Amino acid sequence: MEIDDATVRKIARLARIKVDDAEAKTLKGELTGILDWVEQLDEVETDGVEPMTCVTEMEMHMRTDKVTDGGYPEEIVRNAPQHAGTFFVVPKVVE
Amino acid sequence: MSDPTRLSIAETRDALAARELSAEELTQAHIQAIDGGNAALNAFILPTPDHALEMARASDERLAKGEAGPLEGIPLGIKDLFCTKGVRTTACSHILDGFEPGYESTVTRNLWNAGAVMLGKLNCDEFAMGSSNETSYYEPVINPWRRSGSDAKLVPGGSSGGSASAVAACLAQGATATDTGGSIRQPASLTGTVGLKPTYGRCSRWGIVAFASSLDQAGPITRTVRDSAIMLGAMAGYDEKDTTSVNMPVPDYEAAVGESIKGLKVGIPREYSMEGMPAEIEALWQTGIDWLKDAGAEISDVSLPHTKYALPAYYIVAPAEASSNLARYDGVRYGLRIEGDDIVDMYEKTRAAGFGAEVKRRVLIGTYVLSAGYYDAYYLKAQRVRTLIKRDFEQVFEDVDVLLTPATPGPAFALGEKSGDPIEMYLNDIFTVPANMSGLPGISIPGGLSGEGTPLGLQLISRAFDEEMLFRVGHVIEQAAGKLPEPENWWSTS
Repeated sequence: MEIDDATVRKIARLARIKVDDAEAKTLKGELTGILDWVEQLDEVETDGVEPMTCVTEMEMHMRTDKVTDGGYPEEIVRNAPQHAGTFFVVPKVVE
Repeated sequence: MSDPTRLSIAETRDALAARELSAEELTQAHIQAIDGGNAALNAFILPTPDHALEMARASDERLAKGEAGPLEGIPLGIKDLFCTKGVRTTACSHILDGFEPGYESTVTRNLWNAGAVMLGKLNCDEFAMGSSNETSYYEPVINPWRRSGSDAKLVPGGSSGGSASAVAACLAQGATATDTGGSIRQPASLTGTVGLKPTYGRCSRWGIVAFASSLDQAGPITRTVRDSAIMLGAMAGYDEKDTTSVNMPVPDYEAAVGESIKGLKVGIPREYSMEGMPAEIEALWQTGIDWLKDAGAEISDVSLPHTKYALPAYYIVAPAEASSNLARYDGVRYGLRIEGDDIVDMYEKTRAAGFGAEVKRRVLIGTYVLSAGYYDAYYLKAQRVRTLIKRDFEQVFEDVDVLLTPATPGPAFALGEKSGDPIEMYLNDIFTVPANMSGLPGISIPGGLSGEGTPLGLQLISRAFDEEMLFRVGHVIEQAAGKLPEPENWWSTS
C-alpha cells in the first residue's frame, strides 16, 4: 500500500500532529514500508474467526454506581500549563 | 558487609533480618553506586536520594520492631512509566515535561507497602516504544556489558533499558518494568538479568502511563529467579481500579523456586527456529533443552503455526491502541504546551514538538489503521489473527507444561546500529511478542554469553496465571547455566 503525500497530511491532521515537508517525505516512506510489511497478514485465513476483545478470560466486575473519589480540583489543575483558579485555560474556541 | 549492592534481594533480606546490615547503610551504598556510575550509564533520569534515605530509615524502624514487610529495605529503581506521587513522571517523553502525579500507581504502592525503598526513576524508551532505549527524550541508556576487546557503547535493549542496566550494574537490587511486546524480557536478555512479564491481569495497570492497554503488563527485572518471584509476589494482586486486573489469590511464588521439574513436559516450538537465525542462538537453545532434559523433563517438539504473524499483527494492534491512549497529550491538562493561532494549531504544535520520531510513527500508523474504511482491513484482521495465535498456545498447552525458546534473535547491539530502519528494530521482539498477543506469562533467564562476550537469554512461556511454572523451570536453567561472568566495571568513577 503506497501512502501518498495527501494521505500523510490527512492522518497527521487526524492525529493532531503538525508535520513539515521534510518530515512528511520521510514518513511517507516509513509508513509505506510498515504497511507493506503488515500486509503479510492477508495470507492468514480468518473467515469465521472472532476478533479478540479480551486476552484473558475474565468476568467484568461491576461496582456500585457512586462517586468514590474527587473533590480536589486544585490538585487536578496543578499540572496544567495554564490554569485560572480551578479551570484549564485554552485558546478561544467560540467566536 | 563488603559491598551490599552486589547481594541478591533474598540475601539482603537475610542480612537485614540478622541485623548484619541496616536498610540505611544499604540504601547509602546504592546512592553512592548511582553517584559513581549513572553519568556513564544514564540508567536513572531522576535519582531520589533524600526520599530513599527517608524510606530506608522508616524500614529500619520497622525492622527493629519486628514488623518487616516482604521487601523491607530493598532499594529498587522505578521505570518512569509508573506514576509516583509528587515525583516527576514523564514516560521519558518531552510532552510530559515536569508532570508530577498527585497519585501513586497501584504496583508501586504495593511495593512501598511491602517495605521497598525507591532509589529514583529509570530511563526507558519514550512511552515504552522502542527496543534499544534510544527513543528516550533523556538520551539512550548504556549497557554495562561491552563486546570483548571493544569499548563501543552497546544498547541495553528496551523499552525497560534503564531498569535492565541499573540492575545489571548493581545500581539497584531490582527494578519495575513494563512489557507490551517484549520490553521486560528483551532488555533482560541483553543485560544478563532475569525479566518476567506476568500474565495479563496479574498486576494492576492503574497509574502506569498507558501505551497499548490490551498488551501492557508490569513486571520485575532482577538478578536472580528467586528475586523475581519475591518481587512479583509484592507487585501482583487484584485492584478494583483496573477492570482488567484479575481477582485471584497471589500464590507464594518463592515456594516454586527449587521444586523439581522431573516429569514436566517442555515444548519446543519449531516455528521459533527462524531462517537466518544466528548459529549461536540455535546452540544456546539446544543447550537449554539439554539442561532441562538432564533435570528430568520430557522434551517434545510442538507447533505454533501462526507465530510469524504475531509481530505484524502486533504492529497494527499496538499502534492503534497507542494512537488512542496518546490522544490525551494535548497541551491542556499537563506537560508541554506550544502556543498556536487557535486551539487546533496549539494541539498540533504541542504534539509535533512533544513526541519523538518513533512515537509519531506509531501514532500515525495507529490513526491510519483505525481510520474510516481501513478499520476492518487492518485492526479487525489483526485481532482475528490474534485469536488464532492464542488458540495455537491453548492447543499446545493441552500437551505440555511450558515452552522453551530463545529470548532474542541476537545479543546487544551498538548504539545507532539498528536505528535506521524501523522494521529491523521491530524484529528484536520476534520471540517475545506472541506471549503479549496471547496474554501469557514469559520470563527471560540468562543462558550464556555470545561470541562477542555479551549475554544471551532463554525464554520460558507458560499457561495463563502459572508464573510458578516459570520460576520452577527458570531456576533449573539458572542453576545449570551457573553464574555468568560479570561485566567489567568500567562505568564507576568512585
